[in-house]
Amino acid sequence: MQYLLLIYDQESQWGKLSEAEQGKMYQEYGDFTQSITKSGHYIGGNQLHPVAQATTVRVRDGKKLITDGPFAETKEQLGGYYMIEAGNLDDALAIASRIPSARFGSIEVRPVVPRGEKP
Amino acid sequence: MTIEQIYREESGRILATLIRLLGDFELAEEAVQEAFAAALEHWPTEGTPGNPRAWLVSAGRNKAIDLLRRRACFEAKRDELARLSALVEVVAEATEESMVNDDRLRLIFTCCHPALARDVQVPLTLRTLCGLRTEEIARAFLVPLPTMAQRLVRAQQKIRDAGIPYKVPADDELAERLDTVLLVVYLVFNEGYNATSGDVLIRRELSSEAIRLGRLLHVLMPESAEAEALLALMLLHDSRRDARTASGEIVLLEEQDRNLWHRDQIAEGLELTERALARGARGPYALQAAIAALHAEAKRAQDTDWHQIVALYELLLQQQPSPVIELNRAAAVAMADGPQEGLRLLEALAERGELKDYYLLPAARGDMLRRLERWSEAEDAYRDARKLVVNDAERRFLDRRLSEMRQRGGRKVPAR
Repeated sequence: MQYLLLIYDQESQWGKLSEAEQGKMYQEYGDFTQSITKSGHYIGGNQLHPVAQATTVRVRDGKKLITDGPFAETKEQLGGYYMIEAGNLDDALAIASRIPSARFGSIEVRPVVPRGEKP
Repeated sequence: MTIEQIYREESGRILATLIRLLGDFELAEEAVQEAFAAALEHWPTEGTPGNPRAWLVSAGRNKAIDLLRRRACFEAKRDELARLSALVEVVAEATEESMVNDDRLRLIFTCCHPALARDVQVPLTLRTLCGLRTEEIARAFLVPLPTMAQRLVRAQQKIRDAGIPYKVPADDELAERLDTVLLVVYLVFNEGYNATSGDVLIRRELSSEAIRLGRLLHVLMPESAEAEALLALMLLHDSRRDARTASGEIVLLEEQDRNLWHRDQIAEGLELTERALARGARGPYALQAAIAALHAEAKRAQDTDWHQIVALYELLLQQQPSPVIELNRAAAVAMADGPQEGLRLLEALAERGELKDYYLLPAARGDMLRRLERWSEAEDAYRDARKLVVNDAERRFLDRRLSEMRQRGGRKVPAR
């Protein structure tokens, strides 16, 4: 089964880290990505630019509406994601709990609807 | 045995087996219902088969194949059908008690998975492992039937779509996950035992199902001293079931007719408690079982070792600070050191306001004041309790106390 792991944390906290601390964080993420690649779970994943760089688009009555910022203001922001392959939810949760941001943010684990199937 | 009895006894087991064989909760549930429908059709004329469970599992498997065939996209299901057809030989083996118990153990971990909300873990366990019908569960939890049905359907969909596995968790997670399972079993038991309302027969069934699940956990996870302690606790509480009410009124522990206590359950409960404690169980179930054991061992109420019970409540409080446990400790202190001491603790507890809606606080206060023969104050306290009580059996008890207090209070007025 495929799962999308959505990484939420407080962007403002990231800015408060020193350069050395940020470097350590990137190192941890690098190690984690490498480890789930080796174990065959990794499908894809990326860090996202902050929500300040987000743009939201809606189409209503054929008209495109474009606004600055994210769809909804929340306490924690989506900061990155992984797409993984895992045998079941327990395996997916075990992997999600190893994401460095899980220690201060939260990881939403969403099962992916397989192509050709309906939810 | 009637088909209805077999449904009661076996449907949870047949479902657990079919879920493993089919790997699909909803399909298995449908197959169980169809298998029983087939039994209703065939058994009255052809006679009940020698091994009803194997018959029903076979029938369920065949029904599942039919159901899959009827569904769209036959191509995609071909592998699945081939796999199911190959299951013909395993049915006999699959319905042996030990296999069925393993299935049930796996399934209880699925039903109590932390990815499912607590308010569905208990109903799902009852529906899946205990074979209770959705109507019965809805009635037991005072939830409208469509609400409960929807909750159960959503949980089953989540199990399927999110890939919640059918397995006993890995060692590194087992302890934590077992805690949830034990809690769910304990909640099922309490739902039946502490009758807050509702149907007496269903409540009785909830308690005995919880004990059955407790036995299953104890047998299949003998290394868990907490599981042993939970079984002990349930047996010891349940042993008092026939003495707890009399003519629709709740009877306090000290006033119960101890001849009505079930001695066989007490003997088993005491042995399990002792073993669990000897193995180092010190969790909430072990401590509560130890308290229940001290009550069970007292031949008469006045023989109860209240000092030890107070000490056990102290330990329990260290583990899980809770105003309700504080209230219990205060009641035990009142028995060990006199009502004056108990009242002092209760007053401190009442000031904090956490239990302001809990009828047992004023009821306990009333009881201590009654022991001190402060009749009119006791009457006031019982009246406060009466305003908060929701259960009829408990209300009747308070009514009796209230009229006693009024009489006693009256007697204190000097005669002419």
